[in-house]
Order: sequence, then C-alpha cells, then structure tokens
Amino acid sequence: MAEAAIRPAALDRARVLQWMQTYGVYAGVAVLLVVNIAVTPHFLSAENFRTQAVQVAPVIIVALGMALAIGTEGIDLSVGAVMALAASVTALYLGYGLVPALLTVAVFAAVVGLANGALVAWVGVQPIVATLALMVGGRGIALVLLPQLKDLHNPALASLGSGDVLGIPYLIVIAAALALLVAFVVRRTTFGRQLLAIGDNRAAAKLAGLPVRRVLMLVYVACALLAAVAGVLATARLQASDPTSLGNLMELSAITAVVVGGTPLSGGRVNIAGTVAGAVLIQLLTATLIKHDLPPSWTQIAQAIVIVLAVYAARGRGKR
Amino acid sequence: MAPSAEVLTVRGLSKSFPGVRALDGVDLALHAGEVHALIGENGAGKSTLIKVLTGVYRPDAGDITFQGRPVSFATPLEAQHAGISTIYQEVNLIPLLSVARNLFLGREPRNRLGLLDFGRMHREAEETLRAYGVRVDVRQPLRTLGVGAQQMVALARAVATDARVVIMDEPTSSLEPREVETLFEVIRRLRADGIAVIYVSHRLDELYAMCDTVTVLRDGCRVHTGPLADLDRLTLVSIMLGRDLGEVRSEGLTKFTGDHHAADSEPVLNATDLTVPHKLHGVSLDIRPGEVVGLGGLLGSGRTETAKAISGALASKAGSVTVAGVPLRAGSTPAAIRAGISLLPEDRKSEGIVPGLSVRENIALAALPRLSRFGLVSEAQVDKIVDTFVKRLRIKASSPYQKVGELSGGNQQKVLLARWLAMNPKVLLLDEPTRGIDVGAKAEVQKLVDELAEDGLGVLLISSDLEELIEGSDRVVVLKDGAVVGELTGDDVTEDKLMQTIAAGSPGPGAAGEVTRHG
Repeated sequence: MAEAAIRPAALDRARVLQWMQTYGVYAGVAVLLVVNIAVTPHFLSAENFRTQAVQVAPVIIVALGMALAIGTEGIDLSVGAVMALAASVTALYLGYGLVPALLTVAVFAAVVGLANGALVAWVGVQPIVATLALMVGGRGIALVLLPQLKDLHNPALASLGSGDVLGIPYLIVIAAALALLVAFVVRRTTFGRQLLAIGDNRAAAKLAGLPVRRVLMLVYVACALLAAVAGVLATARLQASDPTSLGNLMELSAITAVVVGGTPLSGGRVNIAGTVAGAVLIQLLTATLIKHDLPPSWTQIAQAIVIVLAVYAARGRGKR
Repeated sequence: MAPSAEVLTVRGLSKSFPGVRALDGVDLALHAGEVHALIGENGAGKSTLIKVLTGVYRPDAGDITFQGRPVSFATPLEAQHAGISTIYQEVNLIPLLSVARNLFLGREPRNRLGLLDFGRMHREAEETLRAYGVRVDVRQPLRTLGVGAQQMVALARAVATDARVVIMDEPTSSLEPREVETLFEVIRRLRADGIAVIYVSHRLDELYAMCDTVTVLRDGCRVHTGPLADLDRLTLVSIMLGRDLGEVRSEGLTKFTGDHHAADSEPVLNATDLTVPHKLHGVSLDIRPGEVVGLGGLLGSGRTETAKAISGALASKAGSVTVAGVPLRAGSTPAAIRAGISLLPEDRKSEGIVPGLSVRENIALAALPRLSRFGLVSEAQVDKIVDTFVKRLRIKASSPYQKVGELSGGNQQKVLLARWLAMNPKVLLLDEPTRGIDVGAKAEVQKLVDELAEDGLGVLLISSDLEELIEGSDRVVVLKDGAVVGELTGDDVTEDKLMQTIAAGSPGPGAAGEVTRHG
C-alpha cells in the first residue's frame, strides 16, 4: 500500500496542522498577550482586562450554543436576531420586574429554538436555510415589538450589567459558569454523547436507536436560550434596549470563535475550551488593532486571516 | 452470426485500492453490434471496470484499445467524446434544466450570434425522444418526468453523442415493466446499428432476454466469457458465486459447528407480508429462539431491505412484525430496539460505526439511557460493560479511548456487535457480518454467532459468502426480486439446492422493480 510508505515531509506537515488545530488558538492568545504587554501602553491594567472581558462575555455565551449546533453538523444563523428579540422583550416586560421579564425572554427564545429545531429535525431543512428564516424574521419581530432604541432605568438590570462579585463582573461570572456547564453537558451527559454521535454519523446514530430528532430540537433550543442570555446581558450593560443593532453580525463572530477554537464544521466534535479561547483571540485581535489606531477595516481583514488559518488547519485533518 | 470487428479490447487490466485488488488482469473483448452482459456479485469489480473504461479511474496496468487505437482516458468527458457513453443506475442529469437542454448538454446547437438556438434544440429533441417512445414537452424541466422517462432521456443523450459503445449500469433498476420493454426496443436498435452495449444487471431474466455474450467477474478476475445461450441459469449462477456444480463437501471450512436445537419452541420473531414499494413484495419469515435463519438470494434480491424492514429502518407499507407475540410499531427503530431487535447493518462505515468517537463510546451508544441516571452517564457502568465485551469479543484497540475509525474492519465489526449485545437483544439481524474483515476476525465472528444462538438468541444471517450462509444457518429462506421463492430446511440446506432455488424460483417477471444499491 502506497499510503503506508511514510514520507517525512508530509507527515510533518500533517502534524503541524494537527497541532495548529488543537493548540493554535491558545498559542494565538498567548502571542497577542505577550505582544500587547510589550508594545501597547496601559495594556497590563486591571481596568483594561475588565473592559476586554466584559466585551467578550456575550460572544462567548453565544458561541457556546453555536458550538453545540456545529457539533451536530448544523449551524444557527438566528442567534443575533434572538439577542435583539431578547432586548425588545426585556424592555417590554421590565415593568413587571426583572424576573418576569427574564422568564418571558426565555419563552420567546425557546419558541425560536423549537421553530429552528422543528425545521431541521422534522421537516429536514438544511440548518443554514432553516435558521436563515429566523435570522431575518427574528429581528423583524424584535423591531415590531420595539421600533427604536429605548433607555431602561431598572436598578436590578443595571446591577446585572455592571455589578460584580469579589471584583469580578457578573458578565464574566455568568459566561464562565455557562462555559463550565456546557462543557459538562457535552462530556458527561447522555445528551452530549448522543449529540456528538449524531454529528459524526447520523445514519449510524439513527440505526442505533438514538432519539435523533429530540436531540436536534434540544440543541437548537439550547442555542437560542444561550443567545437570549447574551442579549439580556448586553442590554443590561448598555442600560438600553437596542433591537436595531444589538447582535448584528453576532452569528459570524460566534461561528468564527467556534471554528478558530478547533471545532470542525463537519460535526462530531465540540471543543468548549477552544471556543472560549477563540472568542478571546478575536477580541484581543480587535482590541490590539484599535489601540494602535488602525481603521476598523483592518480588524475585519485580520479576522479573515485568522479564519482562513483555522479552516486550513482543520482541512489538514482530512476526510476519514 | 458472423463475428464482427472488435470495437473495444481490454487486456490485462489491473487496479488496486489500498488493501484491495479490485481488478486483477481482466480481459474483455467487445464486438460491434453485440450486447455483452457483465455480471458478478458485490465487490467482483464490475463498477471498477466500468470506471476505468470511462476514464473515472486510471488503471495500474493493462491496455485498452478502442476502435483499433490504444487509448487512455483521463476524464469521463474524454471517454464520452471518443465514443464511450455510460448510463448509470441513477439518472445523472440536471433536474431543473429543461428536457431539451439536458439532451443537448455540452453540445447545444447555436445560432450565428453564438447564442443557444432554442428553436432547433426543441425540434430536434422532440424528434429524438419520439424514437424512444417518449412524448413529452421538451421545454419542461427534466424533473417533471417520471424516472423511467428520465432514464430514456439519459439513454437518448448517451446514444446521440455518436457513441460506439454504450455502457448500461443496472438501467432497469428504476423502470416500470412497460419502460423496460421500450428500453429493450432501443437496445435492439443499437445492436442493429452496430453499436456495442455492455449491460450490467443482476436480473437473470433480462440477461437471457437481451444479451449475446456474458463475462463473469469474481474477486477482480474474469472467470468466464462466452455466449450466453450456451449456459443454463444454474451454471451461470454457480459461476457467478464461484461454486462447482455438484461439488460435494463433507466438512465445512467455516467456524460454524452446525445445528442448534431450536426445535419446536414458539418463534421469537414473526415477520408477515413485509412490503416496501419497489423493494419487497410481501416477505414473510419467522425465527425461533436459538435458531440461525439464513437469508439467501443474489445481490438485489431484497435481503438487506428485509432486515431493515424488520428493524424499522425501512417503513413497511403493509404486513407486521411481532417479537415474542407483541406487535411492533412499523418504521420505528427505537421501538424495534426496545423490543429486542438488533440490526448489524451491511455498510459498517456509513451506517454502523461513529468513527470519531472512541471504542468505549461506540459500544455504549445504544445502551446509554440504561447506563445513565438523570441524564448523567455513569462512567463506572460504561467501563464495566465495555470491559466485559472488549474481553469477550477480543476487541483489539490500543485503549478503550482509541477512535473506532482507526481500528481494522474486523475490530470495528466486533465493536458494533458489542454495541448490540450490550442491549441484551432477543433477535440479531446480521447483514454481511464478515464482509471485508480479515480471516481471523471472520472465524471469531462466526464462532460468536454460533455461541449466541446456543444461548437462545434468534439470528437472521445475510451473507454473500455461500459457505458461511449454508454452514451457519439451520434454515435458509431464499429471496428473489423482493419475494420469498423457497425455503431450505434440514438436509436440503446445501449450496446446490440454494443455487437451484435461486435459478428456478421466479415470482413472475414484472414483479421486480428492484433497487440494487443495497445488497
């Protein structure tokens, strides 16, 4: 067999790519940290770290749900719209108190998730098309509910957005807790194993009697709920509901974080630590360029380069 | 019949894939005006040969001479331009384009401005198709036509490109009997025009109706070429399956020890009148505890479909399945699994293993709900099950955490068996359990099947390996064209009897409508 003959160069290249896919994102974060500490004034300050972390928290939370959808060989484009919807619903129901408002947000998000899940699991629509409908429609509904920006004056909501425990902002605590929870679900629960099996080989999962449709429904509901949490937290931080622009392009940021973090788009694998690091990498990259007064267009170009590198590394693993 | 010129000559053609020698020095001579049957069981090398002839694969060794000149096609398009056209089992045209556009794809008539000349295209398309008995509005998208009519468009297209050789790969698999007749009409016309046809099919009736010559491939080698009229059906079947007629074998070559004592207990599984359009036409069988029932028949006879219909993976339109007297909900895999039916699928890679997950997770996959509490997987219980079966089935992996995709075929199959045994099934449906696995693993799997039957499981065994089927089974139900044509019991469970049943049994022509992609 010709393939058994090992060509050293090819082997090394495969190894480098494999390494890149597994650890590249952490190496990237480390490099950006070192470079910034060296050249960026005031980078190494508690205040700066706090700012960066608070900005990245919603992206991380959305990316967690996206990682689950991508793990099933799916995708969810409606997450940005769900954030906007969460903002509108929060504004509308905040009069009844924070908790009733949050519960209402959860119901709306669950309905979006069920709709996405039903289209994917029962109707058999491709996830990218199924969730595209609500990506467009969801924001439309959000704008019908609340046509323009509205300032919110609710102390409970304000404290959620800017308060902290032991000096750590709530946003960061919540994002970290959710990351741990999702990682636990993926690794230790029946649902997690079934999700990965469905993503890796759906035909086999089906013949093995797995509840394929139920798992897919749950994945899209979880994804929508996480996006709603991100939407509420972002709204709390702004102290304003902004359904026009909140969560714009968030689906792309989340997909980028997941892919850069080493979760393949082909499904069957979910890397939560990598996803968090992926979100942090993009955030640091953006912050670095902004702090050095480069125009925002450069940020987009830099992001594009990172995505291409990540996809290239993933491709190196090849088809089985 | 005067021997006419050789259009296509193939000498010593070989082609290997990693681990498989798909073609091993195959010769083939095709004459003008000849309909040449190309037959063989799964993996015999038919599709590889076709793909080499049409430029999809490059051969490792051997020569192809086409119309007197040595050729080497780099792409299917080159082969097509040279005059070798292929019609595949599934129509490979563009469903959204119009019928006429499809017919003229790649060689559209153009007007003086270089734009498509639709008027001419539509006129010529209508004329061409009328000759094939297809009367349709050629402006309509292709997909509005029935499958048979689409097949005719593909055929017309293939022939219209000045083909000298037309290769038909299972052309009738999706045709109605009336359309089959039209197809035969067209083939007769091709023959009269001096065009050579390679005809691949598993339906003996069709071969005898249409073909002049037959070439039989087995395990990548040509084992027979000659006029079809000289062979009776039984001989043809025996050549195809690689068995000498009247071969007497006193002792077996497999690891099966023989009879189990199912005796007179009530059947654990009753399948009655299973019907799946185009695939199964009222198949009934039962299995008693401790009994291995073989399912015999050629490729495409409905063996896999029967197993899938029993396990709920294919929805049966009629009929019923009962396990230990309790009827199953049709078309539900989870219900069948809960009732104790386990299916080891034929296609291990695409329907069995989850390659990216570990040995451990693959074994525990189906049993997960039982190994969990409140949705949390109990790792200790999983370890226990995995440990038991890795030892019992002697699964060789570097650790339980190795990815299943990295294991050998035999070990992958054992992992799948372990997955099902962990469910404590009552009935095991084994579809080609030893295909593509090495000799050692094969013997182990066969031995295991024996042991499981002795422990009281009901087993349905599907195998293209006749030895395995005959020696492993206590009883063999024979299928042909999606219907049961016979059952061998007791001393009648022999290869000869099986081949006779396959060759003789006929549920009547036209009952077929067979899909052959699944064995």
